[in-house]
Amino acid sequence: MNVIVCIKQVPSLANVKIDLETGRFKRDGIESVINPFDKYAVEEGVRIREKIGGKVIVITMGPPQAESALRETISRGADEAFLISDKIFGGSDTLATSYTLSSAIKFIGNYDIIICGKQALDGATAQVGPGVAEMLNIPHVAHVKKIEFIDDKLIRVERMMEDGYDLIESSFPVLLTIIEGINSPRIPSLRGKMFSKKAIIKTLDAETIGVDAKKTGLNGSPTQVMKVFVTQQQRNYGKKFSGDVKEIAVALVKRLSKLGIV
Amino acid sequence: MGNSIKVIANKCVGCKMCENKCPFGAISVLERPKHNKKFGLAVIDLDKCTYCGSCVCTCKFDAIKLKKCELQTKIDKIKTDKSLYKGVWVYAEQRHSKIPNIVYELLNEGQKLAEKLETVLSAILIGSGIKSKAQELISRGANKVYVCDDPIFSEFQDDPYTDVLTKLIEKEKPEIILMGATNIGRSFASRVASKIRTGLTADCVSLEVDPVTKNLQQTRPAFGGNVMATILTSKHRPQMATVRHRVFKEAKAEARRNGEIVECEVDAQTLLNRTRFLGFVEDTVNTAVNLSDANVVVSGGRGLGKPEGLKLINELAECLGGAVGASRVAVDFGWIPNMCQVGQTGRTVSPRVYIACGISGQIQHMVGMNSSDIIIAINKDATCPMMQAASYAFEGDLYEIIPNVIKEIKLFRSI
Repeated sequence: MNVIVCIKQVPSLANVKIDLETGRFKRDGIESVINPFDKYAVEEGVRIREKIGGKVIVITMGPPQAESALRETISRGADEAFLISDKIFGGSDTLATSYTLSSAIKFIGNYDIIICGKQALDGATAQVGPGVAEMLNIPHVAHVKKIEFIDDKLIRVERMMEDGYDLIESSFPVLLTIIEGINSPRIPSLRGKMFSKKAIIKTLDAETIGVDAKKTGLNGSPTQVMKVFVTQQQRNYGKKFSGDVKEIAVALVKRLSKLGIV
Repeated sequence: MGNSIKVIANKCVGCKMCENKCPFGAISVLERPKHNKKFGLAVIDLDKCTYCGSCVCTCKFDAIKLKKCELQTKIDKIKTDKSLYKGVWVYAEQRHSKIPNIVYELLNEGQKLAEKLETVLSAILIGSGIKSKAQELISRGANKVYVCDDPIFSEFQDDPYTDVLTKLIEKEKPEIILMGATNIGRSFASRVASKIRTGLTADCVSLEVDPVTKNLQQTRPAFGGNVMATILTSKHRPQMATVRHRVFKEAKAEARRNGEIVECEVDAQTLLNRTRFLGFVEDTVNTAVNLSDANVVVSGGRGLGKPEGLKLINELAECLGGAVGASRVAVDFGWIPNMCQVGQTGRTVSPRVYIACGISGQIQHMVGMNSSDIIIAINKDATCPMMQAASYAFEGDLYEIIPNVIKEIKLFRSI
């Protein structure tokens, strides 16, 4: 069972402060990390391998520095990693990204399951996973909360919905996007860390994976960013109440009734 | 090949406008000690740059030149004739024969867009035994309802739903398609867009029609909602967008409205169907109110201090007809179920009122709820980020305040 896991390197939110005046992130010293949802994807891939054998290949499309994210996934148990990187991929929207990733996956070949995190932290579109499945012409199941059963022929998963979950069965190959909490990602072992330092991470450029330049990067992106702006929060900050509990409760209920909630 | 962006050194005055504007942190202004006026110089990190052009618009000195690849114009010429695409579509999602509110919200907004474009609003209804729902969609503003009714659609599966919608789009050629940013919408909208190779903008919170070009201006939050981006799909049709819960008002039902119901022929044999639906398990917790489209969310965090806190949060939520939320800590301690987690690795909510009880307001939590209209915080620590960000901050012990609030609400209602 060969598993390909797609990850993304994103700016970390962990130590970011928001400038209350402008409403923007203070960007100084922000480090890049593996998209938190993708850690679950890597872990799930490794668990499948531990159960039924095979290997776990992690891929990411991004600038050269995304290599560090790939190395981390190797310390977390992945076997191989590829960096899909080329100047002409720059400015790709979700469609162009789906196309480029699917081209790389076709190049790598010989896969049974593709796992993606539910969405990326920065873009948060959740569109690339299903997009990749469509371009590879394979089925997908989104928002998987549990792999209920898997053998070498079939997989049954629980798909999270608003009112509960569906049980969906598929044969291979299939793409899954998985949600947070499906597992607890392991902490990199010392051995894993040593191994990841020595691992050779190959870079795949546009020519290698046979990407059509018209379908990737800005050229292949039907959507364009027209403008980016900061919203002024309409909220009036900071009406504070303290003191007697009863009075506080009365004040709170008064606000709720003004808002039409009570 | 590729795109290029560069700063024209003798025009740049180092004003830092572009540095502040760049949503990707790709520009930094360096010192130029040798410059006769000691002006700085903007330098663009091409690895971070996505060629979005926001710096070009910001620069008052015309010092940044963005050149998009030549190929673009060639593709434009062979691109489909946009005038062939007419009409606004709303995907009328249904699950277990229930139509969620988001569909009525989309119909309301879709109607406005259709008026501006002087075209018709259609709803697309896919399911099994759901024909009777078409009239309701008409009363909510649809001029036309396309019904695809077949047992193959009895439960949502991406393959047949994608196939049938794609075929309908290719046949009828709408210019705009709106879908809810629900689990279903988010799962197959992208498949549909990839199949017909058009643009899709996720989680829109505002939609406008450009009066000149008639393009749809789709605005969505980026980077955890701190920045907004307006996205165009200027050269492809249809323009597809998923829309968040509760950003638009529901269309009111008017029984007098007339509309056309088009029953589409479905040949289930020809539809792709590679996955198998085996069953549905309903949630036992929290089914009354769905977290993502709740009007009120009552959330608990570290301040609960013990599992019993959930009972109190539940009680307040029930009292207000709201949903229960949680911070990561409360979930990690097992006080509140996993599915209630709000934040970076949980759900994103934007209720009218978010009540944060004993939540200090770590950034990872804030990004999941800071688009709420009103934030009410209850916390012992008046200096914590949540209390600072709250519209109304109540200082004190939640175990004392909440029972009193519940009592007061009951008293208020009994008057």
